[in-house]
Amino acid sequence: MSILIDKNTRLVTTGLTGSEGRFHSLRNRDYGTNLVAGVTPGKGGQDVEGVPVFNTLREAVDKQGANTAMIFVPPPFAADSILEAEEAGIELIIAITEGIPAHDELRAYQVIKKNGRSRLIGPNCPGILSPDKANVGIIPANFFKPGNVGVVSRSGTLTYQVGNELALSGFGNSSIVGIGGDPVPGSDFIDIIGLFQDDPETELIVMCGEIGGDAEERAADFIAANVTKPVVGYIAGFTAPPGKQMGHAGAIVSGSKGTAAAKAEALEAKGVKVGRTPTEVAKIAMEILGR
Amino acid sequence: MDLLEYQGKQLFARHGIPVPSGKPARTVEEAVDAADEIGYPCAVKAQVQIGGRGKLGGIKIANNKEEAREYAGAILGMDIRGLTVYEVWIEGASQIASEYYASIVFDRSAKAPLVMLSTKGGMDIEAVADEDPDAIARLHVDPLLGFQDFHGRRLAYEAGVDADVVRPIGALLKKLYTAFIEEEATLVEVNPLIVTPEREVKALDAKVTLDNNALFRHPDNAELRDLSGEDPQERMAKERGLTYVKLDGNIGILGNGAGLVMSTLDVVKGAGGEPANFLDAGGGSKADAITSAVEVILSDAKVKAVLFNIFGGITRCDEVARGLIEAFSQLSPKVPFVVRLDGTNDKEGRQILAEANLPNVYTEATMDGAAAKVVELAK
Repeated sequence: MSILIDKNTRLVTTGLTGSEGRFHSLRNRDYGTNLVAGVTPGKGGQDVEGVPVFNTLREAVDKQGANTAMIFVPPPFAADSILEAEEAGIELIIAITEGIPAHDELRAYQVIKKNGRSRLIGPNCPGILSPDKANVGIIPANFFKPGNVGVVSRSGTLTYQVGNELALSGFGNSSIVGIGGDPVPGSDFIDIIGLFQDDPETELIVMCGEIGGDAEERAADFIAANVTKPVVGYIAGFTAPPGKQMGHAGAIVSGSKGTAAAKAEALEAKGVKVGRTPTEVAKIAMEILGR
Repeated sequence: MDLLEYQGKQLFARHGIPVPSGKPARTVEEAVDAADEIGYPCAVKAQVQIGGRGKLGGIKIANNKEEAREYAGAILGMDIRGLTVYEVWIEGASQIASEYYASIVFDRSAKAPLVMLSTKGGMDIEAVADEDPDAIARLHVDPLLGFQDFHGRRLAYEAGVDADVVRPIGALLKKLYTAFIEEEATLVEVNPLIVTPEREVKALDAKVTLDNNALFRHPDNAELRDLSGEDPQERMAKERGLTYVKLDGNIGILGNGAGLVMSTLDVVKGAGGEPANFLDAGGGSKADAITSAVEVILSDAKVKAVLFNIFGGITRCDEVARGLIEAFSQLSPKVPFVVRLDGTNDKEGRQILAEANLPNVYTEATMDGAAAKVVELAK
């Protein structure tokens, strides 16, 4: 088992005809993901290496049965693309685009929540990998193999770093989910941790957080109340100065709020072990799973 | 992007929010002319993004031309907690009957705008929130619905504002909300929001933070600058589209992806080093972006060694290697570099670097190893 994507995934990419969208979508297809369509307004009827391109998402759903959308269009158009996917009835929307205006994200989030028919992962995320089943996004899949550790992270490259440390220690993954570093992520730690809790293959959950917001603190409460599987945490940004935005739009310590120390403390108070470096995360995982 | 007080007030004025009339000035002469035009008494206010500037001598009331000249001369060029004052704002002095507080923040947890109103204005609102949380009326607005008139009334009554200003305060909050949405702000704050003896409401201060990601839709806002708050390296990085934050140490850091760079800073610090900067070269960086980033890092004279920590996903390691080689040929750096490459096209990247055989460049296989090495080299 895995979560969110697998052999039943039927993927449509918006922005398939762009250079990045094309490169990564075809890489996803090479990995075994069932890429069934692309959408670029005005390019309907064309194809990208045999993948049909449509003018609208509605067509991609009607004609190709797409059930998962990967959003790869530039920031000014990305929220519109997310909403189009939602309106077309896509169950899972994975938004890779970085730099979407915060108010656009907020409206898209609220619409998706109100209608209750789609799940949004991202924006500004690396996507999802379920090793040996499907890869949707930009995660370098060759570093990962199937296994029993579920990973959820706010940062793309940090996910690779932690995942790689786990792989070097002999662990494989059920799924790796990047939820993104923006202020309004479509899915939060608690949404994904809940899915891992219900996934029979996942035996250990690793969550990688960072400074800013209170998603880690809320995850700590959720874990205490709902999760029986062991969870290992990591928080980036212990040495980040307050008031400075550290790259991700969401990564900013405001006053005394959102610090890495406070997040680690909140998690540890609920019994989640927190590694101080990515290497230490792998060590703790080994101790817990008795290797 | 944080606006200066006067930039915030001009933005408010565009949305019909009452503010005292005023003019910005960069020289003493400009300040005196502005004061003459506005009339006396007037306030001479240092434009820096620091709370409590009044107590530090950054705000004075001038009663005549001589005082305006004296105060503008003293304040322009003044150092307020490390920030130089490049601009003053001259505005008509206001009579105050009551000081309130109003703000709208982009509440990430609730995923909705949070509007706050309090009659305890003119002081540090975080202190009010700690000591007397009930003194602040709070309301989340459904962004799909928008701010309704009843929201304004409810906040005004719950905060306990004087009965005769319930309507004007509600109207001001509605305009503030419109400004927040239309300008795509993540914070608008008015502290104090005053009521004058003539029972007018006015925003006596303005704190506005705009969403950088939305500036492409607001070209006028994108032009606004705060000379005092900008570090030269940060300005250079911004012009080149890099995400750079200056820190105090001597180890230059370059990585790809915000989370990994933050983690790298932590690991370097854990290894006994002091990072000189945060630099996220971003996803999909091409060689010229890397070259450009190296130049920004080396423009900080304190840097004694540089660490490259790359885990490629969308970024390709061969591009990073080419960028580093180009940086060496253009800049001939004098300080050692430690390079760790993993991820997409890592073998090609390492191969390219090995063949280039750059002087004073060390490759390391792991993040921990690379951190230890760069700390040793920076000593």
